[in-house]
Amino acid sequence: MYQYTDFDQAFVRERVAEFRDQVERRIEGTLSEDEFKPLRLMNGLYLQLHAYMLRIAVPYGTLSSRQMRQFAYIADTWDRGYGHFTTRQNLQFNWPKLKDVPDMLDALADVQMHAIQTSGNCIRNVTADHFAGAAADEIEDPRVTAELLRQWSTDHPEFTWLGRKFKIAVTGAENDRAVVKAHDIGLRIVRNEAGEPGYEVLVGGGLGRTPMIGKVIRDFLPKAHLLPYLEAILQTYNLDGRRDNKYKARIKILVHETGIEEIRARVEAKFAENLAVFPGVNPDVLARIEAGFAAPAFEPVSDVVPAVSAGLRSWIDTNVTAHRLPHYAIVTISLKGIGETPGDATSAQMRVMADLAEEFAHDELRISHEQNVILPHVPRRHLAAIYARLKDAGLATANVGLISDIIACPGMDYCALATARSIPIAQDIATAFADLDRQRDIGPLKIKISGCINACGHHHVGHIGILGLDRAGVENYQITLGGDGTETAAIGERAGPGFSADEVVPAIERLVEAYLDERQDTEETFLEVFRRVGMAPFKAALYPAQEARSNAA
Amino acid sequence: MAKVFAPQIATGNDLLEGDVVYFTAAGGWTRVLAEAATAGSREEADALLARASKFPNEVVGVYLTDMALDAEGRPVPVHFREEFRLKGPSNRPEHARAAATQA
Repeated sequence: MYQYTDFDQAFVRERVAEFRDQVERRIEGTLSEDEFKPLRLMNGLYLQLHAYMLRIAVPYGTLSSRQMRQFAYIADTWDRGYGHFTTRQNLQFNWPKLKDVPDMLDALADVQMHAIQTSGNCIRNVTADHFAGAAADEIEDPRVTAELLRQWSTDHPEFTWLGRKFKIAVTGAENDRAVVKAHDIGLRIVRNEAGEPGYEVLVGGGLGRTPMIGKVIRDFLPKAHLLPYLEAILQTYNLDGRRDNKYKARIKILVHETGIEEIRARVEAKFAENLAVFPGVNPDVLARIEAGFAAPAFEPVSDVVPAVSAGLRSWIDTNVTAHRLPHYAIVTISLKGIGETPGDATSAQMRVMADLAEEFAHDELRISHEQNVILPHVPRRHLAAIYARLKDAGLATANVGLISDIIACPGMDYCALATARSIPIAQDIATAFADLDRQRDIGPLKIKISGCINACGHHHVGHIGILGLDRAGVENYQITLGGDGTETAAIGERAGPGFSADEVVPAIERLVEAYLDERQDTEETFLEVFRRVGMAPFKAALYPAQEARSNAA
Repeated sequence: MAKVFAPQIATGNDLLEGDVVYFTAAGGWTRVLAEAATAGSREEADALLARASKFPNEVVGVYLTDMALDAEGRPVPVHFREEFRLKGPSNRPEHARAAATQA
């Protein structure tokens, strides 16, 4: 795994020391809240509904067992014994005290971690495919690019005060597991006709109040040109992006209002200027980064004991994905136990996952944007042992990709921006569909829930999206259908009027019934049916009274 | 017709702990909603907010919010957001705020 250089280590320590001083000055009263707020946000510290919240970066979602154990230690020492993994591959602690935060950040620095670039109008923590380095369909490991971008973007003097936050995601595989089309910049590693790897560059994607699918600004960018090209995009955005209206300040609005052709022309002009003075990435630096993501020392082929228990077999069916090596597997640990809070893990569960990674899986873990934890490199011979240990820890729910594997933002149970709760809706849906046989019969179905229009729960790209709003002082939930966050990305279509909290589960039940009625065979997924038949039968199922009225007319 | 003025209280978060706190008639801060000072008119509310805003190094994000009054004249939330601020996260009952603060 990538290890900090002395420079990296000194940098995060200095940041902690600087923030410690800022916290002391705030507590003494020599810094006002207006002065302190942007400083704490630069260090991942928010003030939420009931308490402060510390958001920790897990760069490109990769961590070691030691780092995961440190999360458990922090949770037990300064928080309430659990953490919440987010849709940006981060970890949030919900109950820190202001005076303890510098100690928490020092404990993170002890294991080469930090909370930088998790907030504010800067280039945020770069995200990547959570199967990076392990996926069978991968051209190249996207984390080399992500780490290069981290080094380039951290404290970049020109891009520290952007008009708005800026998110970059990278995938190196055919299947897009990193939602790159819903990012300010999405990078897909592709090959040109000569077989050389480079990037397809997308710009102007995003969710939030104005959801947009990213547009291709460059079909093929040679790898060596990445930094001057991204710098050109950021410069164009920094100069031309709107600053008069917070809600129109993201690059997606600039691209939408200006048009992709004009943006491309401006970016290419700046790129030419940048390239003329760009000396190229220092090859030693690049080689060091590449070495940091070298494959682990895979063990030789061995015999695999066939799965005997039905529980193990169904867990392998749903939670285990093909690895690029046939005798290895990728294990997805579901943090979506039925009735549990999506993305939450207790300190004890964190330690179990760390132990499994260390004992069986080359000491590596990943956080997915779908709020699950991944063991990317697992020899198949260990699957049964891993399953048994996960089961003991309440982490063996065999529901990955199924209806109860729901993404949910913290919503109004924690978040100061939320307009309604998300978590209890997810809990209710998962509980209603608790029967795993029924879930498997329904097949792949992604439900994503956001508690406000900012869309941290990615509802726009859920096959079924749910958006919680405040309608005249009552929680109300809008349903969108047909969204997709993968390489065939689409923004979901709003089905009609919203539902009260109590009406959501019955509404989902009706949608599922409509899907089962419409599907041609058990292979046709919810999304495929929606794409084939459109909104009408689902709308009829969602609003039966309305349907009856129009039939009577 | 003029809008009927809903009783208001002043609330914010404690600087050090982050906890939800309410401004009292005595000019201090409490975690117990029933002890919050209520304003019955626009003028009273403006005055309440002005007094509550004089603690920039103790309480942050101070704002006024509407309340109903119970039979004893104590404030109770009218909006669900204040209900959640009062009670704590609904998904984790073990982290609900102490019952004493909700009296």
